[in-house]
Amino acid sequence: MFTSKKTINIILTVLTFLIFLVTIFPFIVVIINSSKASLEIVMDPIALPKNWIQLFKNIAEIWSKPSIRYSSSVLSSVIITVGSLTLITIFSSMAAWVLVRTKSAASTIIFLLFLSGLIIPFQVVMFPLVAFFRMIGGVIGIPMLRTYHGMIIAYIGFGAPLSIFMFHGFIKSIPLELEEAATIDGCSKPQIFFKIIMPILKPIFVTVIILNGIWIWNDYLLPALVLGVGQQIQTIPLAIAAFAGSFVKKWDLIMTAVLMAAMPIIIAFLFAQKHIIKGMVAGSIK
Amino acid sequence: MKKKVKDKIVFWSFLAPALLCFGIVVIIPFFMGVYYSMTDWTAIAGIKPNWVGLDNYVSMLGNRAFNYSFIRTFVFSLFSVLSINIIALSLAILVTREIKFKNFFRAGFFVPNLIGGLVLGYIWQFIFKSVVPSIGGVLGIKALEDIMILAEPNLALFGLIVAFSWQYAGYIMMIYVAALLNVPQELIEASEIDGANFWERFKNITIPMIAQAITITSFLTLVTSFKQYDIIVALTNGGPVDIFKGEIVNSTELLAVHIYNVAFKYNNMAEGQARAIVFFIVLTVVSMIQVNMNKKKEVEM
Repeated sequence: MFTSKKTINIILTVLTFLIFLVTIFPFIVVIINSSKASLEIVMDPIALPKNWIQLFKNIAEIWSKPSIRYSSSVLSSVIITVGSLTLITIFSSMAAWVLVRTKSAASTIIFLLFLSGLIIPFQVVMFPLVAFFRMIGGVIGIPMLRTYHGMIIAYIGFGAPLSIFMFHGFIKSIPLELEEAATIDGCSKPQIFFKIIMPILKPIFVTVIILNGIWIWNDYLLPALVLGVGQQIQTIPLAIAAFAGSFVKKWDLIMTAVLMAAMPIIIAFLFAQKHIIKGMVAGSIK
Repeated sequence: MKKKVKDKIVFWSFLAPALLCFGIVVIIPFFMGVYYSMTDWTAIAGIKPNWVGLDNYVSMLGNRAFNYSFIRTFVFSLFSVLSINIIALSLAILVTREIKFKNFFRAGFFVPNLIGGLVLGYIWQFIFKSVVPSIGGVLGIKALEDIMILAEPNLALFGLIVAFSWQYAGYIMMIYVAALLNVPQELIEASEIDGANFWERFKNITIPMIAQAITITSFLTLVTSFKQYDIIVALTNGGPVDIFKGEIVNSTELLAVHIYNVAFKYNNMAEGQARAIVFFIVLTVVSMIQVNMNKKKEVEM
């Protein structure tokens, strides 16, 4: 009985390892082919590269090629992701806190309004959104399309429902006595929030940042509509789409670009694996 | 009295930034969208849309490209839900048993989920176009060497399901892992003593105990496959063409892609918007039916 259980476990480990190999096969394909020259890929896409140095040549070519504008798209992606995450977390936690602590009809209705955002698919609002952004530009004179602030406002709006929902659930569990004691000590409401509540929210901040961060970094359709493909401001997915869609398929460069786009997230994952898995699973069980 | 006013000011000023952004990008566009779907809206600035009632919805019913896209989306979603959940549950069972390096394997299976749909679509386009034939060449399998997965309508849809399953199964696996770890060990042990084999244990204990997780995972996979856009744009871009009831259609132009194309490629904003509204209604109804069906099967602990 004992030995048979051991054998079964060894067989299962081997089986899992084989499935693991199949799972990472696409990554291997990307890595070996981003280290090849164009002709080498056409000849044989599954052989190991002749010279790994080619990887750096490809990276340098993508980084400096003016038609791809990769370096500027990295900068734009960072600005948009960091800006959106900062504001989503601050604004959503502020909103969630007053929604939990205020018992009124307005408070309940607004919370339900935010929740309705969880079930409205992006496709329903995307065309009018672009039209409305154009209107704001025309009527008020603040351009929203093709700008950083327009993009970030869009991310705050689409990110708010889930983020508020997650903060809301957590804030409910914070004892009210904590805030009452602070009030007696002479703290104003904003002080209570920024000095007492915010530090307690840290674990939810991590979850909300991970959930929104991966979405925003990889997102394609929303920036394609708000920023436009091939316009001044380009995120990494937009740059890749413009480049991979327009050329006769230069797979060596496409694979390298893909590798460069995936790298930051995979490196982040290696460092914060536990948080990321926990955060993303928590986000699903809404 | 003074405190009440102060509280109100705090309430609205704390709420304002999030509510304003949400209103601008979701609530106002949503109602604009409902209105535009009943007009001949063109999205060209300065042209006032005219009211046409339900014309856009009526014309949709007889539209073959739309009907076809609808059917294909259902087929894609059905097979994706099945394939992803079967793979994910199998993986979850493997990595919750007493095997070596299970944390390493869990992380490994999860990684594809971090890759964005667009990037992932290009990776798989390359695999289907170049890697699969060349593997066929090495193994000497002629059929694999000549296969053009992205050039045949049903194979292309299959390719999409493969790419999507690769991305999503590891994520769903994590939800199953969490559920499986919650199954009380005593139940398993008791059944072992009673002489239940693996299959009996799986059917009579594991499945009922993780029914709640199954509700969540099938809801998530259903909604996500229904809304799929990025992977399709990068992998097939809607192609290849197929013939449906005598009309030329795009075989992998699933609803999300179809809505975009009707509006921008074929320049029919109002009809695209009407189809988006129908998409929203169908998505809501289907997921509500599905959650209700699954909820009935759950056991209370």
